[in-house]
Amino acid sequence: MKEKTSSKTSSIFQRKILLESFKGSFTRLNPLRLIKNPVMFVVEIGSVITTVLTVYNLISGSNFVFSLQITIWLWFTVIFANFAEAIAESQGKARAESLRKTRNEVIARKITGKGQVEEVAAPTLVKGDTVLVEEGEIIPSDGDIVEGTSLVDESAITGESAPVIRESGGDKCGVTGGTKVLSGTIKIQITVETGQSFLDSMINMVESAKREKTPNEKALEILLVGLTALFIIVVITLPAFAGYMGITISIPVLVALLVCLMPTTIGALLPAIGIAGMDRLLQHNVVALSGRAVEAAGDVDVVLLDKTGTITLGNRMATEFIPADSVKLEDLVWASLISSLADETPEGRSIVKLAKKELNVRGRDIKPPKKSLFVPFTPESRMSGIDTVSNKIRKGSADAIREFVKTLDKTMPEKMKKVVEDVSIKGDTPLVVANENGVMGVIRLKDIVKKGIKAKLQLLRRMGIKSIMITGDNPLTAASIAAEAGVDDFSAQAKPETKLEMIRKYQSYEQQHLVAMIGDGTNDAPALAQADVAVAMSAGTSAAREAANMVDLDSSPSKLLDIVEIGKEILITRGALTTFSIATDVAKYFAIIPAVFAVAYPELGILNIMGLSTPASAVLSAVIFNAIIIPLLIPLALRGVKFRSTSSVSELLGLNLLIYGVGGLIVPFVAIKLIDILITFLGLGG
Amino acid sequence: MDANGLIYFILFLLVAVLLAWPLGRYMARVFMGEKTFMTPLVRPVEKFVYRLCDVDETEEMTWKGYAKALIIFNILAILFVFIIQIVQGFLPLNPEGFPGVRWDTALNTAISFVTNTNWQTYAGERTMSYLTQMIGLAVQNFLSAAVGMAAALVLIRGFTRKNTDKLGNFWVDITRMVLYVLLPLSVIFAILLISQGVIQTFDPYVTAHTIEGTNQTIPMGPVASQEAIKLLGSNGGGFFNVNSAHPFENPNGFTNLLETLAILIIPMALVFTFGYLIKNIKQGLAIFAVMMILLVTGLGVAAWSESHPNPVIEKMGVAGENMEGKEVRLGTANSVLWGTLTTIVSNGGVNSMFDSAMPLTGMIYMFNMGTGEVIFGGVGVGLVGMLFYIILTMFIAGLMIGRTPEFLGKKLGPREMILAIIPLIITPATILVLSALAISSPEGLAGLNNPSTHGLSEILYAFCSTVGNNGSAFAGLSANTVFYNLTGGLAMLVGRFATIIPAIAIAGALAEKGKVPLSSSSFPTTGPLFVILVVAVVVIIGALTFFPVFALGPGLEHLFLQAGKIFS
Repeated sequence: MKEKTSSKTSSIFQRKILLESFKGSFTRLNPLRLIKNPVMFVVEIGSVITTVLTVYNLISGSNFVFSLQITIWLWFTVIFANFAEAIAESQGKARAESLRKTRNEVIARKITGKGQVEEVAAPTLVKGDTVLVEEGEIIPSDGDIVEGTSLVDESAITGESAPVIRESGGDKCGVTGGTKVLSGTIKIQITVETGQSFLDSMINMVESAKREKTPNEKALEILLVGLTALFIIVVITLPAFAGYMGITISIPVLVALLVCLMPTTIGALLPAIGIAGMDRLLQHNVVALSGRAVEAAGDVDVVLLDKTGTITLGNRMATEFIPADSVKLEDLVWASLISSLADETPEGRSIVKLAKKELNVRGRDIKPPKKSLFVPFTPESRMSGIDTVSNKIRKGSADAIREFVKTLDKTMPEKMKKVVEDVSIKGDTPLVVANENGVMGVIRLKDIVKKGIKAKLQLLRRMGIKSIMITGDNPLTAASIAAEAGVDDFSAQAKPETKLEMIRKYQSYEQQHLVAMIGDGTNDAPALAQADVAVAMSAGTSAAREAANMVDLDSSPSKLLDIVEIGKEILITRGALTTFSIATDVAKYFAIIPAVFAVAYPELGILNIMGLSTPASAVLSAVIFNAIIIPLLIPLALRGVKFRSTSSVSELLGLNLLIYGVGGLIVPFVAIKLIDILITFLGLGG
Repeated sequence: MDANGLIYFILFLLVAVLLAWPLGRYMARVFMGEKTFMTPLVRPVEKFVYRLCDVDETEEMTWKGYAKALIIFNILAILFVFIIQIVQGFLPLNPEGFPGVRWDTALNTAISFVTNTNWQTYAGERTMSYLTQMIGLAVQNFLSAAVGMAAALVLIRGFTRKNTDKLGNFWVDITRMVLYVLLPLSVIFAILLISQGVIQTFDPYVTAHTIEGTNQTIPMGPVASQEAIKLLGSNGGGFFNVNSAHPFENPNGFTNLLETLAILIIPMALVFTFGYLIKNIKQGLAIFAVMMILLVTGLGVAAWSESHPNPVIEKMGVAGENMEGKEVRLGTANSVLWGTLTTIVSNGGVNSMFDSAMPLTGMIYMFNMGTGEVIFGGVGVGLVGMLFYIILTMFIAGLMIGRTPEFLGKKLGPREMILAIIPLIITPATILVLSALAISSPEGLAGLNNPSTHGLSEILYAFCSTVGNNGSAFAGLSANTVFYNLTGGLAMLVGRFATIIPAIAIAGALAEKGKVPLSSSSFPTTGPLFVILVVAVVVIIGALTFFPVFALGPGLEHLFLQAGKIFS
């Protein structure tokens, strides 16, 4: 879905984003804004110093070409960093911004205390207000439907074009501001305060200025600031040692050395990584209401999954017909078919489908015999069926059918009793079919495990995450589904409070697990509030949405797996780029130190292992490499380093260390040498 | 270095491990307050000490309380040692009648011994009375070692405890360390040393008539008792100026072996203690492996570098090893082993003159100290420093596998990061800043005896040593000036307290947290990848900090020597 939209609008959209980001890279030069990114702030100060020096050299008539080049590349370093942040921000912002615009123009019809309707601007609505929304109108803010049913187009937020039904009461009453009512009239009670709606949080999460830094991000920033401080000391004290040895180092070279040593690569891309992570969640149609939750997702080690809808398709499907001894399979199938034709339940439809397949009449329109009468399921009879002219066919639970055949003075054959038992033991549901001649056979109804769920659960296990299935089924059924889907554990005959109890148990002092869950109903709210990562379905009640820290716009329960993966990817990207950034320092030292010292002490020329042509070209090459590596890595920062599912974490770490650590050691040696050749060729190296 | 040297190294390290492991286990039991074979003997004394000092043994402190007690204890100790030096002329046990020590030297010395540095800008036998040496300096040799171990113990408690703000009782911890570990070991060592001819006397100095007919004064004193704790407690302050190169401190090959072992044994044992205390001996072994790899690498480079004579001398036709500044009776292998150990362990005792070592050997020694002396390191603080590096390593490793970083089940957040970064940054930064100050000021240059690269190394070494609380001197620097006494004093205070206080604070932060269970998604911190990673982080941080100055100092000097360029 996401691919569809992006390809449709790509070129215009991309150009607009690029233009916007380009402008943003300059507006962000404002020191008051840049100071939030201490590493790049120091680079900016360095750039200012070399700029002043260049101007001074220019005026005093001394050689300014070298310091000018250094200055230009230092400014580029800052601008590239700003660009990275701006482009990450604009991607998510573009969508949120247009939404906000439409919403701000929306006129809401507020129902006042006296039952009158008053027209107000959407942003003035407060929690507790009730508004009336009619066909074709935009919903002004988040809330619950208190009256009416409607078809809502949520494509503005989810990008999903199929409209969804939202109705008062139950678990599908939540609506989101900015979505459009296609049909029906509804009354909505607003459930959020001004500025706290879903849309607002969506916008906040992608705007770096408003985004709260997560604990991991803060800790990493401390590390980067610490390293920066250390390198400032290294560079500031260097002239003293050099001076003692009779070497003078020019200020542009010192600034260049400092900027090269500082972790500018990660410093420049750090804000972009966080924002892009949020945006990737958005692309998966998940809105995180806090950055912490996204990172916590990477740490989750227990996942609670509802059986229905997440692990299984949610409906039992007919998979087998087992005839009684005296009954032909064909007769059983036929009886099942005609008795289910009018049965619109998913089970009924699955019987029809299987029967048609068995009888090889696929596609052909089959009609029930003339003058037959469909008998619907009632709680009293616990059976459904059909009365034809010649016979009565019933299907239902074993107990109900036993009662039915008893009225005909027949009994359930021993073999059928055994079949019923066997089917139950396997965790399936036996549906017994009978007619006036007695029991005809058993239809096996099976809870069908979703395709691909097993692979996803395996992936979870490899990530070290324990999956727990929650179901109201009896333990037998639960065990069978659990085994088939490959969950690690299950809780059968679960009551609404079971989830809360389980979460508490796993989080307890002794266990200290981080638990994730997905929920939709109001009775999930306490558990959602307790879970570390709580994903509410967008269609869920507002109670559930309020208790959660993420909202899944697709209401797809298996989304949890994507969320965990994205959470991990954000952290991995940060770690990988930090390692890379520090590793590249080695090559930069080997470029700059001999350049600085070897003029006075040719013996130290031995350190010029890259064989760079002149001191000026060596320093320039290092600075240029340091600058252009930033835009080159922007795509990686935005896309994120993929979470590879390896057989162990050590293997994953080893792999990432090899790529970003060892790679960071080697790549700059090659790149700086190539830049040096180019500079020398262009005659820029003095 | 020949094969004998190599075999000696291997056997030495083997013996060290065989002694350190059981000692580590014993210390773990002492620190947990369990009964040991020493309990019947020491427990009454311990109880008596608590009664005397009015200490409630069961009362535990928060990290702030613990830090406060430690700081007050150290300030009082500095004052005491300072005053006793100033007034030693009026006090007994001063057979040579030394006057009070100059204020700046006294201050430097007070800080030096209290911070477990034992940087000596004075010549012991010509400055300090027996009383000053014994109740001033030797007492601090015990107490400062105990304080270092207390810092390590608190940090370990931070990892093992959960959901509490209580971290133990400072007074109880140092009392136990002194009574159960340091004193008994020192007694054993002192007796062993005396049996080998190390002197232990209160007699005045002896005057000898030399065959040349002149009179020579031979300094005497209670040497053995101080020698033992000097080495065991990674103190290093010699009774005599030439330290363990002096025959009264280190008379023969056996005492040299004993003393070399004494340098390493407690720091090495503490790594095993760590393993026992966290109930994960494998983790202790992993850290042991990290330290051993760094030790062996440094030792290898130094030994290789010393196995050739100075190229300039070699050209004169002299073959063999670099014997300049070494005791002939000890030889190269013993000197290099001691030199490596004394710099990794923050001991600072010496048995050869580092000023005469080859430039690359000097660079290894400076690297050992500049990285914070974390390769086994000073008693307690070495392990603490290594844990800082490990926190940093685990932070990056944690990110790279997509999890909030954790170590030993404790999540590492912004607070732990700040507290681990402070010592890792401040200590090398202080080395660079003070060295730069010294090398660019007339007061600093005044003390320098050598020009060019070697002079740079001498100054750099001095601050590596003081910040690292090592105390060994490169020599060639006249450091008993107001300038060096004050800058050195500052360096020692920063090096000591920028390590210990953050360690206690981290412990406080960690103990408050719960423990996350290990799962298959946690990075195994006992495997080879962990070991390689920590080694790499130590080396890279050290290399990035010191690359320029090492290039200009020992690096360039090495190149000069190869080119036959010398300075007169």
